Amino acid sequence: IFWFNYRHVANTLSVYRSVKRLGIPDSHIVLMLADDMACNYRNPKPATVFSHKNMELNVYGDDVEVDYRGYEVTVENFLRVLTGRLPPSTPRSKRLLSDDRSNILIYLTGHGGNGFLKFQDSEEISNMELADAFEQMWQKRRYNELLFIIDTCQGASMYERFYSPNLMALASSQVGEDSLSVSHTFFTCLFQFKVCPQSQCVSTPGHRTDLFQRDPGSVLITDFFGSVRKVEITKDTINLTSPVEPPIKRSGSGDIQIESLTYVDQLPVAEIIHQKPKQKDWHPPDGFILGLWTLILLVFFQTYGIKHLKHIF
Amino acid sequence: LDSRLPLVIFLHALTPAAARDEFQEELVIRPLHSGDIYASFQFRTLWDTDFLQEGQKVSHYRLFPKSLGQVLSKFSVRELHISFSQGFWRTMQWGQPFIPSPPGAELWVWFHDTVSDVDGNWKELTNVLSGIFCASLNFIDLTNTVQPSASFKPLGLGNATDHRFLRYATLPREIVCTENLTPWKKLLPCGSKAGLAVLMKSEKLFHSSFHSQAVHIRPICQDEQCSSKAWELRQTLNVVFDLHTSGQGKKEWSLFKMFSRTLTEACPLASSSKVYVDITDNPELFELSPATPLLGQAVVLGDRRTYSVYDLSRAETFGQLRSFNLLLRDMLRPLLHAERYVAGFGLQTGEIHTVIYNNHPYRAFPVLLMDSVPWYLQLYIHTLTVTSKSRDNKPSYIHYQPAKDRHRPHLLEMLIQLPPHSMTEVTVQFERALLKWTEYTPDPNHGFYVGSSVVSALVPSMVAMRTNFTQDQPLFSSFVPVKEESSYFVRVYTEPLLVNLPTPDFSMPYNVICLTCTVVAVGYGSFYNLLTRTFQVDEPSPPLSKRLANLIRRIRGVPLLT
Repeated sequence: IFWFNYRHVANTLSVYRSVKRLGIPDSHIVLMLADDMACNYRNPKPATVFSHKNMELNVYGDDVEVDYRGYEVTVENFLRVLTGRLPPSTPRSKRLLSDDRSNILIYLTGHGGNGFLKFQDSEEISNMELADAFEQMWQKRRYNELLFIIDTCQGASMYERFYSPNLMALASSQVGEDSLSVSHTFFTCLFQFKVCPQSQCVSTPGHRTDLFQRDPGSVLITDFFGSVRKVEITKDTINLTSPVEPPIKRSGSGDIQIESLTYVDQLPVAEIIHQKPKQKDWHPPDGFILGLWTLILLVFFQTYGIKHLKHIF
Repeated sequence: LDSRLPLVIFLHALTPAAARDEFQEELVIRPLHSGDIYASFQFRTLWDTDFLQEGQKVSHYRLFPKSLGQVLSKFSVRELHISFSQGFWRTMQWGQPFIPSPPGAELWVWFHDTVSDVDGNWKELTNVLSGIFCASLNFIDLTNTVQPSASFKPLGLGNATDHRFLRYATLPREIVCTENLTPWKKLLPCGSKAGLAVLMKSEKLFHSSFHSQAVHIRPICQDEQCSSKAWELRQTLNVVFDLHTSGQGKKEWSLFKMFSRTLTEACPLASSSKVYVDITDNPELFELSPATPLLGQAVVLGDRRTYSVYDLSRAETFGQLRSFNLLLRDMLRPLLHAERYVAGFGLQTGEIHTVIYNNHPYRAFPVLLMDSVPWYLQLYIHTLTVTSKSRDNKPSYIHYQPAKDRHRPHLLEMLIQLPPHSMTEVTVQFERALLKWTEYTPDPNHGFYVGSSVVSALVPSMVAMRTNFTQDQPLFSSFVPVKEESSYFVRVYTEPLLVNLPTPDFSMPYNVICLTCTVVAVGYGSFYNLLTRTFQVDEPSPPLSKRLANLIRRIRGVPLLT
């Protein structure tokens, strides 16, 4: 891994922290980190990731839950999470369980170019693939409104191809510009909806709201970044019922033979030496063997002719 | 006026007779010879219930975590052992750990003999566990799972040992970080809010030489008569703090220095909560404060050790453990030790050497060596040699299952008798395979990992061990069931190997396309032009005046200007 990608991990974790602070629980967050910076041997302070060089805030924290890490972060897995087409044995924490009333926030950061975003230094996701994935999500009714934030070089090219309704996109740089990962500043810009001056940001943030049905000015940030939990407060006292008594086990008095339970010998040397070899299941001959025998038989019959068989049998 | 939320809850006090589960926690601190300090946490939940009962689903969970209980009943698991470790345990400097584990992630499971499709259950189980522990256990598939034929016998109760129901897999590359510790802490009854688990802060735990957390589930005897089974869940965490990085070079250790926290109370749900400090080496010369009159003795790993015991359930224990100065002398040299390395040069062939040391002065004992090598290192078993003291040593049992490309790894198990005070070397040559270009990881020049070898042995003990189990035995000496008094069972893991495979240059397709297209375009293109291009003389277009004059002349019908 390359250590200069530390800032990408720090950016993602800052967004993760803000989202958690505003009320979204871990079961509603899918966090994908391609590199492990916190517990890497190069990190002078293990289990910490800082977003600023004065090291005041550890964004890794004590209760982070990373759902996809290391080699699991691939284009295929990302698209599968978005569209929901995961193998049946995937656990819930790795799925995006959204329906047609959910608002989704997607934040991507890394290295990118005109029309693509790099994954793991060996693959890319293109803006067309992303647009198609969002269209699949729309057709399967997997979102109500979606906010897409991208923080890479030439990030604005990633949202050029979107064509599904109810999408709003924000990018930290235009096509042809490099983003120097000043996400912290970008973030304050976002919250105050101010345009970041060229001198501070080095890149011009871009946005796209034409596919959005509501008026962007009336959309609250917390529609995507936070959530309100339903809490009911009551003044009545509630009696908890007594704990469920498990059925009493019938003590085997004479009818059932209780076999004495023992522990197994961990290294039974004599038993191991005299172990009988396992009965190997018989498998029909493999393709290669079958082909080889067919060839031999063909050559044989070709040379000698089938009428000579009667001399053999 | 304060508006409290009057949400009053009535708890039915459980009488001791009705309580079906209990929880114990303990912490053992052992100063090591090199100045480092070894801390081992063990949390045990005992539950008298039957997950695998027909028609009776367990629905009321108290201390036992529900996520694990559902996993056990859904996949008919008899025993489950999973461990995540960061760093390598240095046996020669630190002795033997209480619970050994290899670097990376290791998972071995015994299924019940009622299971019909063990491989299917195994695949689903690894996926579910990867969600529970936030780890990439979904990378465990048939290409790195083996079915040992003699190693890894069940550690719990049971007579049947058909190895068809055992599966073992290891991921040596797996990283352990806070996201694995968080769900592990959530499985404890008190979480990380009370008891010994408040000490587990990730910034200190991962800044260490060795960190290992594990979960072990097995059925054990409920009482001394052993008439019925109970389920035991043990969560263990072993950590070794380095003298220089955590201790600032001074051999003065305290709980605050190690964990940046102190203990304030025991877990209220625990029936016993104790801290043990190993004072066998030189009890007079170090100062342990606050002092405690309680002393305990235990026979662990073949040695009798003395411990100062702090009972956290008694209120007078509290004060804090301040710094204690220790002076150590040479402790018992470990009798069994193993190393492994790759020899050879180049990217085609190589040789794996496993070296096992028997440091006992006069006793020989047998060890069971288990090696699981991935399929892309093609072993040549006809070159397998086992030599002790430069003489051939023939193993009394060999089980070898060859690998199938992209299906199965190699499995080699051997029972070797180690002569006393000797070094045994096992060598086998291999050839490296060339993978298909899509099978390489994004960083192939880092290398590919080969999981640790496992050496299981019954080592002769200096001190007689107890064969019967009692309830008040400390947890760290009661993990492995003892069958005979004169030897103890130990498992030693070797280092994982990092092997380079021949890696293609992934930029070559792009280079080839560029070069070919350029050659074709320049070479063929210019050749074609030379052959087929004809030249024509072209008059430049006449100036405006001439054109105007021509126009007038055309009207007049007079010949045009050239």
